[in-house]
Amino acid sequence: MIVKPFEQIVAEHGPMVLRVCRAVLGPADAEDAWSETFLSALRAYPELPADANVQAWLVTIAHRKAIDVTRAQARRPLPVGEIPDRPGRAETFTGDLWDALARLPDKQRLAVAYHYLAGLPYREIAEITGGTADAARRAAADGVKALRSTYPLEGAHS
Amino acid sequence: MTDIFFAAPELYQLDPNPLHAQLAAAADREGLLDVAYRTLDTPVGSLLLAATKQGLVKVAFDRQDHDAVLAELASLISPRILHAPARLDPVVRQLDEYFAGGRHSFDVPLDFRLARGFRLSVLEHLPEITYGHTESYAQVAAAAGSPKAVRAVGTACALNPLPLVVPCHRVVRSDGSYGQYAGGEEAKRLLLTMEAA
Repeated sequence: MIVKPFEQIVAEHGPMVLRVCRAVLGPADAEDAWSETFLSALRAYPELPADANVQAWLVTIAHRKAIDVTRAQARRPLPVGEIPDRPGRAETFTGDLWDALARLPDKQRLAVAYHYLAGLPYREIAEITGGTADAARRAAADGVKALRSTYPLEGAHS
Repeated sequence: MTDIFFAAPELYQLDPNPLHAQLAAAADREGLLDVAYRTLDTPVGSLLLAATKQGLVKVAFDRQDHDAVLAELASLISPRILHAPARLDPVVRQLDEYFAGGRHSFDVPLDFRLARGFRLSVLEHLPEITYGHTESYAQVAAAAGSPKAVRAVGTACALNPLPLVVPCHRVVRSDGSYGQYAGGEEAKRLLLTMEAA
């Protein structure tokens, strides 16, 4: 039985879930997806097995929320290939990592987000997105390679 | 491999804290907020206040370790616990008035689910001890219907889940000394001195 107060789950994993939602959905929908992810998680939380991987559980819920959000937006099938200019808080960010992520093909973006931003192993990413662990590994590697060319941080990897 | 992400400040500028209140409000609306809590700074230290949908369920002093108390509430009541100050607004207002000297009794819904049996009957008697007055453990035992259960009254007071609001600090030893208190003897002295003024 789960006995950790849910507040602790939000405190420990809230930033990770927001990074993932931001990377997958873009600025306009990330905050709603974050709230809906934790609301769904709160509903199911008492039944979560004590030995469950909370991180993977939350990313799985966020992934479903992202599908819901993009399905609701009929013109943009999930996952999106390219995120057009949208209202949001993008102007508050100094870098363009988000833009670079948004330009990745769907499979790569999800693999990069779930592996590098959520810290999940490829086996668990495959369970969430479908496909094999090897395919998830390749997609993440290709995604990072593409990011390096579109997001050249000076001095960051010299 | 992950240097891109380590070096990306925008990743770490994302702060979910502003979204927390929205989550707590939605959880409350959907009936998913089984326990709401907040802390309050008072003259007897930081208090943890927790409420179910029925009412105030727990008041804990700093020395009782708030994290441990929340873990206990999670296992005894429900793990659906969020920091959600709004539900505690009425009791916060009344505690502020109490510590300012302007309030002598509390009027908020109480959830006594953490006390049962004789302990509960002791707690139900305590609000009858009025502000500025005290009773001995023996007097409380008699009032609760078991004159010989003096030690059990001590236990009931020590384990009172709702100190301050249910005034176990007004129960003292027959010789007039303060006796034990969940908030510490110094807190008990402060409260009784304040009420006597």
